[in-house]
Amino acid sequence: MTTTLKHNMPEQTASRMESVLPPVNIWEEKEAYVLEADMPGVSKDSLEITIEGSELTLVGHRRSETTPGQVLLKEQRQADYRRVFEIDPAINSAGISAHINQGLLTLTLPKSEQVKPRKIAVNG
Amino acid sequence: MTWPSLGRLSDLRNEIDRLFDLPLAGWTETSPWMSGWTPALDVYEDKDQFVVKAELPGMKKDEIEVTFQNGSLTISGERRSEEERKEEGVYRSERYFGRFQRTVDLPTAVAEDKVKAEYRDGILNITLPKTEQAKPKQISVSVK
Repeated sequence: MTTTLKHNMPEQTASRMESVLPPVNIWEEKEAYVLEADMPGVSKDSLEITIEGSELTLVGHRRSETTPGQVLLKEQRQADYRRVFEIDPAINSAGISAHINQGLLTLTLPKSEQVKPRKIAVNG
Repeated sequence: MTWPSLGRLSDLRNEIDRLFDLPLAGWTETSPWMSGWTPALDVYEDKDQFVVKAELPGMKKDEIEVTFQNGSLTISGERRSEEERKEEGVYRSERYFGRFQRTVDLPTAVAEDKVKAEYRDGILNITLPKTEQAKPKQISVSVK
């Protein structure tokens, strides 16, 4: 399984300011890979996950709120979250599932049948 | 099956972080013993109240502590990693775990008993109404 960071490509440099790269953890389990991404401010309805060919794109739109008054401190970025991964054939892309809870996105990417560990019955 | 090394990714993140460094950042305190997680804060003020918003994705309600004392709001807590789930292979590990603490000194008096905190979509939203005395007052000028 390989990932490609589109943000590292020169032609994407100009758009870097327009989106925030969410930090991710990715690990492997027996049946699937699991990806977690921090996307505070994103709800289920403002999340877009698309698969096009072998490209998995995660986009999270933040709620735009009008907060009255004066800004005393501004550390949060208002830009949308965006991150693109390349998924390889070891993943059954039709079986990918996602949920988001308190701004933490969890994706389960099941392994395709060929790469799952298989138990071989021993005869005799 | 390989994932690219973390090196380039980390550099990019630092670069982005630098771009967003604000001169105001020194305005809040960060505890020195904290293990590298500094949740992003926004602070707003209008004539009636202060609003503090902290990015705390993926926490449980009881892992977050909010205290208000002597004019200072402190948000602290701990995000625990679920190590036991990561037994096979780890490809990326960018999310912060561990303790965090942030303190905001509010410039005017706050009605402590009316401070409210709400946690939604991974953002902790704290409203701190000003005391009646601290609210700006319009003084009418009488003409004689």
